[in-house]
Amino acid sequence: MIRVHRPGLIEQSLNSWALKVNLVAALFAVDPCGLGGVSLRVPAGQQRDEWLALLKMLLPAGTPQRRIPLNINDAALLGGLDLGATLSAGRPIAQQGVLAHADGGVVVLAMAERVPLGTAARLAAVLDTQEVAIERDGLALKLPARLGVVALDEGIGDDEAVAGALLDRLAFLVQFRPSSAADDMDTWTAEDIAQARALLPLVNASQNIVQALCAAALALGVYSLRAPLFALKAARCAAALDGLLDVTETHAALAAKLVLAPRATRLPQAQADSTESKENEGSDKEHEQEQEQEQEQEQEQEQDNSPPAPEPPEKSENAPNQAPPENEADIRSAGALAESVLDAAQAAIPAGLLAALQVGQTVKARAQVAGRSGAAQKSQTRGRPLGARRGEPRAGARLNVIETLRAAAPRQKLREQQHPTPANIKRIHVRREDFHVARFKQTGQTTALFVVDASGSSALNRLAEAKGAVELLLADCYVRRDHVAVLAFRGKTAELLLPPTRSLARAKRSLAGLPGGGGTPLATAIDAARELAEHIKRRGETPIIVLLTDGRGNIARDGSPGRAKASVDAVAAARQVHVAGITALLIDTSPQPQPTAQTLATEMGATYVPLPHAGAHAVSRVVQLATASAR
Amino acid sequence: MLAPQYTFTVMATAFPFSAIVGQDEMKLAILIAAVDPSIGGILVFGDRGTGKSTAVRALAALLPKMRAVVGCQYNSDPARPFLADGAEPSKVPLKSRLISVPVVDLPLGATEDRVVGALDLERALSQGVKAFEPGLLARANRGFLYIDEVNLLEDHLVDLLIDVAASGENVVEREGLSVRHPARFVLVGSGNPEEGELRPQLLDRFGLSVEVKTPTDLADRVEVVKRRDAFERDPAAFTDQWKKEDEKIRKRIVAGRARLDAVRINDVARERAAQLCIALGTDGLRGDLTLIRAARAYAALQGDAAITDTHFKRIAAPALRHRLRRNPLDDSGSSARVDRAVAELMGA
Repeated sequence: MIRVHRPGLIEQSLNSWALKVNLVAALFAVDPCGLGGVSLRVPAGQQRDEWLALLKMLLPAGTPQRRIPLNINDAALLGGLDLGATLSAGRPIAQQGVLAHADGGVVVLAMAERVPLGTAARLAAVLDTQEVAIERDGLALKLPARLGVVALDEGIGDDEAVAGALLDRLAFLVQFRPSSAADDMDTWTAEDIAQARALLPLVNASQNIVQALCAAALALGVYSLRAPLFALKAARCAAALDGLLDVTETHAALAAKLVLAPRATRLPQAQADSTESKENEGSDKEHEQEQEQEQEQEQEQEQDNSPPAPEPPEKSENAPNQAPPENEADIRSAGALAESVLDAAQAAIPAGLLAALQVGQTVKARAQVAGRSGAAQKSQTRGRPLGARRGEPRAGARLNVIETLRAAAPRQKLREQQHPTPANIKRIHVRREDFHVARFKQTGQTTALFVVDASGSSALNRLAEAKGAVELLLADCYVRRDHVAVLAFRGKTAELLLPPTRSLARAKRSLAGLPGGGGTPLATAIDAARELAEHIKRRGETPIIVLLTDGRGNIARDGSPGRAKASVDAVAAARQVHVAGITALLIDTSPQPQPTAQTLATEMGATYVPLPHAGAHAVSRVVQLATASAR
Repeated sequence: MLAPQYTFTVMATAFPFSAIVGQDEMKLAILIAAVDPSIGGILVFGDRGTGKSTAVRALAALLPKMRAVVGCQYNSDPARPFLADGAEPSKVPLKSRLISVPVVDLPLGATEDRVVGALDLERALSQGVKAFEPGLLARANRGFLYIDEVNLLEDHLVDLLIDVAASGENVVEREGLSVRHPARFVLVGSGNPEEGELRPQLLDRFGLSVEVKTPTDLADRVEVVKRRDAFERDPAAFTDQWKKEDEKIRKRIVAGRARLDAVRINDVARERAAQLCIALGTDGLRGDLTLIRAARAYAALQGDAAITDTHFKRIAAPALRHRLRRNPLDDSGSSARVDRAVAELMGA
């Protein structure tokens, strides 16, 4: 006997943001493993804690919940040799990692936006295979790990985001809004979840639902096929929460809103085409207004639509595998269903993303800096092994078990005599002085940070050169695993066009269609470059600033125009670069070499290179020389 | 070798190979490697969620079983058993059994000792015996070694793998051990180019390179989602449903293998391959070799008696696209350049 447990709560949730966030927790609790997980983009605080508490309350009692700290090592994450137990037992004893411990439950990933790419990839592999494969420290085993991930994303800017490989495997991407959550909110209980879990394997989704979700994903430019699959699963979970055996339109719309909308990379073209096909898009503003109107309408519609109850429960009760309705009606409803699902998804596109989509039509796959690929712990744990040295496994250094045991081996007899163990226990005496830690050689990585003057008339030229040079450098330097970043400045601001990367594919994409013109905020640009360079330095890499400019700033730090103040500010900014001890290179791109640029270079402690007609090749050669000497 | 409480065997059912929608180039490359393992590995690069690892993991169930010496850690072929240095060939015929072709996953975070093999810790600790414990390379002998996210693997491991894959032999000199054993396997790497690229030296070592893209056709996408969903809800029933199709592919592989040596390669075909490589300016002869081998395997799969232009047309892109000198100022991708050269040389 199935009863609708929370009549209407799902429909209500469609319209209240706070309820929707709670609903995500409920859906995720129904099938953590199937849905992969939730990415919560919210600063640490009450909202987040409340959500996590809700999730904990909804999950069945005893569900494992583990937290993954930011700089977790492989031994702790995947598992490895339990050194203490191994040594006392005299045979290898395995130790489970966090992921294996969380089997059947949930892992919470702290500071997900800073999680190294490698860790994200390990998590992704576990989400794919639902088991942890360990091939470490002489151990080879597979442990089940059916789990869901809650990624706590505290990133602020666009350049701080969770690694794409991981995001792709999480069903829900939730961006919190500051809101005053109503305290008297009707919410889900653990009992609801338990019932839904029992029901879930029986829930059916018709052909039309699948079709509608796939169509909506495609229309919104959500290309990964995991997304519609997650949407389908989410719709099923919603139906199960509703106590129904069939996924209805409401559930599909809900799933589209929660799963597809946050991933949108473009706005659907269908409506625009049908309403004003010939009139051309006209101005962007018109288009925008229209979209807004459409949205409002949709929201109204949605509210109108919500009251009608879903299919009467009796119907689904006696016929879970009912035959599909007559064909004609079926086809018509298929189209209508697809449309309404798409509408729902479109209405739920987050505001910021929507604005970007409307301006650019296709967002360049959202600047997803894939985690922090080179987080700090490198030298001690990565690179080419250089053997071992005596020392204690401290501060992230890895104990080299074999070397440690080898060091201990010759002294066993002696130690046994000094500290005899009971006859029936076999024990290896390992002392502190035996400890060996692994050493790795890490070749110093350089990041060439191009700071490109995109102002004024020669901007296009200079940008093209910089772009060419970046690509040449990348083509050459990924042999050495170096990175390149591009910062362009014009108008009043400096914009990071290409965060440090060594991916040529990404560089090409980010640098395509770069606008030029406007004032020259030289000081602001130098400041931004220094900040980024210092950030790169903190990651243990060597930054090199490559400034392409004619040295004639005309926008001061505070954004006010005027050559005099601007140049004073620029010199001040340049001095700071010098003080910070960052290697810099100033490429003077003006037709006649300028004393202003030369002064700036001196103040910056930069190498001054006049290249009036700098071609991409010349620039890249100069940078290469500088990089080689900075190493 | 482990405390029993930790030994689990998760018999995860793999998604059937024949149920993968589209991605023809990737599937063809895998079949070519199954027919002729000497092709030198496959690199699959492309968008997320396109079934890269699904296709590779489906291989184990797809490939015809092979005969291996009982008790051999290296899956030795009974016809050519592996002998440790100094061992005498056995007088009595070796016992053999049918085993599935190994498709070994190299998980991220694997340590070098597990990859190449190392001192057997347990025996070293408990019995004080110096013994070799074979690693993943031994397990993958005569099969496939799969590395997901190959671009995230530590450089020294990739170097090592490529070296072993090329020589077919794993030489271990560590911890006072000196062991060499056969390690012939097809290296399959997959990854997303957005997360970093492979060094060009490594790219060149892979025989075939496949680019996968998300299907943009709605019907295809619906089919993918439907099949994947059906599989996840009831893996056993779904696999059953596709058994026949998988069987067909298996037969094709077996037939292809049988025909492989009989496929004629005449001088015209050799010249064609050379012309194509010259036109594209690929370095070294690896391109020519792979092109001919892949064309031969493809012809064998198709049941053709000799290599013709049709075969080259189909496999030129995967065999050559990763060997082109990179021209950063040329925006057209390497695939387009290969296609252009093929069209110029052989007509559309």
